Amino acid sequence: MKLSHLKVGETGTIVAFTDLEMSVKLMEMGCLPGEVVEVERFAPFGDPMAIRVAGYQLCLRKSEADVIIIQ
Amino acid sequence: MDIKVALVGNPNTGKSTLFNRLTGLNQKIGNFPGITVDKKTGFTKLADGQEVEIIDLPGTYSLYPKSKDESIVFQVLADKDNSSHPDVIILIVDASNLKRNMLLFSQVADLGIPMVLALNMTDLSDKQGIYIHINKLAERLGVQVIPISARNNVGIDKLKQAVANTNKIATQIGAVDVNFLAPEAISEIKKKIKSDNDYYALQVLHQHEHLTFFTEQEQGEIEQIEQAHKFESAKVQAAETIARYKHLSTILADVVIDKGTAQKFSFSDRLDSILTHKVWGFAIFLLILFVIFNAIFAWSSYPMEWIERGFGWITSMGHEHLPAGMLTDLLLDGVVAGLGGIFVFIPQIAILFAFISILEDTGYMSRVTFMMDKIMSKVGLNGKSVVPMIGGLACAVPSIMAARNIENWKDRMITIMVTPLISCSARLPVYILLISIIIPSKTILGIISLQGLALMVMYLVSFVAAIVVAWVMKIIIKTKEKSYFIMELPIYRMPRWKNVLFTMYEKSKTFVFEAGKVIIAISIILWVLASFGPGNRFDNIDQKYASALADTTKNTDHIKTLVATEKLENSYVGILGHFIEPAIRPLGYDWKIGIGLITSFAAREAFVGTMATIYSVDGGDEDSVTIRQRMEASVNSKTGLPVYTFATGISLMLFYAFAMQCMSTVAIVYRETKGWKWPVIQLAYMTAMAYVAALIAYQFLK
Repeated sequence: MKLSHLKVGETGTIVAFTDLEMSVKLMEMGCLPGEVVEVERFAPFGDPMAIRVAGYQLCLRKSEADVIIIQ
Repeated sequence: MDIKVALVGNPNTGKSTLFNRLTGLNQKIGNFPGITVDKKTGFTKLADGQEVEIIDLPGTYSLYPKSKDESIVFQVLADKDNSSHPDVIILIVDASNLKRNMLLFSQVADLGIPMVLALNMTDLSDKQGIYIHINKLAERLGVQVIPISARNNVGIDKLKQAVANTNKIATQIGAVDVNFLAPEAISEIKKKIKSDNDYYALQVLHQHEHLTFFTEQEQGEIEQIEQAHKFESAKVQAAETIARYKHLSTILADVVIDKGTAQKFSFSDRLDSILTHKVWGFAIFLLILFVIFNAIFAWSSYPMEWIERGFGWITSMGHEHLPAGMLTDLLLDGVVAGLGGIFVFIPQIAILFAFISILEDTGYMSRVTFMMDKIMSKVGLNGKSVVPMIGGLACAVPSIMAARNIENWKDRMITIMVTPLISCSARLPVYILLISIIIPSKTILGIISLQGLALMVMYLVSFVAAIVVAWVMKIIIKTKEKSYFIMELPIYRMPRWKNVLFTMYEKSKTFVFEAGKVIIAISIILWVLASFGPGNRFDNIDQKYASALADTTKNTDHIKTLVATEKLENSYVGILGHFIEPAIRPLGYDWKIGIGLITSFAAREAFVGTMATIYSVDGGDEDSVTIRQRMEASVNSKTGLPVYTFATGISLMLFYAFAMQCMSTVAIVYRETKGWKWPVIQLAYMTAMAYVAALIAYQFLK
């Protein structure tokens, strides 16, 4: 399942990335495989989204959340 | 200078606050040689008397750059001959989010430069129930670890002491052995560049294109090594990042003790649910905008008036007391007038940046960005373009400076390119004057003023133009840089008022010094062009009116204006006005408006002043006659028809809406993009757009 498919309040564990280049940036920001993420909210127009990961709040576009595979 | 220290850290870790704490006002902004990134340096003294130069490097999450700004960090740390290469690195991390912050530490540590770890925001982490075993951490990392709170000025002296204690030799314990990632390529690079540092060699493989100190031949050789061993940059970076986090987990195991995660963010969460709410979020945002606007207009009007009066006073005092002559005129009417034109913007700049810095400091700005990104990205802008575009309603100059917050190069360029289209406050006097001439002062439906409606339409036109141009540029401008919107949403905090004051001071100073140079140059040129004419034309005018002026029994004020007007017509600017007349006739303008267009380049509002001078001829000698009435009464000398028809008025307003008639903006775009390419493109496209729009409007309406 993709991170972008989660609803507000739902959590998941990162297992893999589908885009190598994006994965480097995401991992540098703390989105590591094994890390638990929780969807905090979506922006008023449905995109981007805010997630809680590694003890802080990160926002990213849905297209970027698409590359994160969660369980 | 005895020691050079570089500040390195993630964004939002309080790096700039620490920099300000360490250096006070003793700092300056320069350029990194050859790169378009500001370099902030400052100075401080250690307890043992050593002088320290501190360099504030751009905030970054890793040594692998995602933007131009970030690429500086490795360039400075890699190049031993770089004038900013540090002897000691202070790596600052956010203690309340240690693990993510330590990734950068572990990368930098492996470069083998002596370093100190500053654990910032310890007050915050204490509150959140995070306990950090400082000694254990220091022991495992092999460097001094200093807990500080830059915001509350805690631990700064200890940090300075730690810098003084730091050895010339790096003591950090090698974090991750990266050799396994690309063993052959690394060993070949090490031989090539004569280094024994595996990680440095690996970084060279990744980033040599950014490193200017390699010769072309060396670059080619490194490229060959890359290809020979099929070095895949992204894959290796991913593997390295995972290895580093794995290592950090063992380092931080039983160093960080977290007692209560659940409660930590409840305040920020509750605020977020209101501030980014579908309805309330936008309502609050609009309210804040309204307050900012109101402040920019209302609070700045008095100081701006004082500045104008002050410069007026200097000019008149100068003319009274300095010996009359060309040099005095040049100094007063060229340089002083030019300086006045710069200083008058300071109140607006300072106020706009006070608000921006408060909104940023509190963490609200990233929420605005978060809310607006969807709409803005549709037309090639970025959530972060909101701030400059809104500021553009007041003045494009500080707004273009504010576009620096946009990391993505393409998004930033588009923002800079379209911001001057937004109807700024300098267009207001021009619109008001023209609307009062061509639009009848009537109301429709009893309450809506036709003139007010026209003014609003002009503002709407400016927004539509900015959006359309942004969309076109999104298609035209090509970039390899990927547009990310992966951004930290920092927790809400109180603004640091000292930082706010400092930002106001710093931005105003930058504007005066950087934009000032160009503005003064152009003011002098304009003054020369308006004060001199070819041959003996000026002498002839003087002779023509000499007898009338000599008559002391009559009031000579009107004659003086006549002389001034006739001189302006015969000056180089006037000749230029006549010269461009054929080009602007299709737009419905005569040579007098042509002069207005030329002098407007100093500042748009100069149009009103120029018109006042020029039309002093046609309107007769009564002082009570306003510019408006004079302009209304003026007729074209060739056709005998009124100059200011509805068609000409609309055409002229559209011209002012689109044309880049503002040398301050040209100057600031030059400064922000560090070259003439973008300001020239901007000038060209805006002028072309203005001409075409004015032409179409006039030809349809006449």
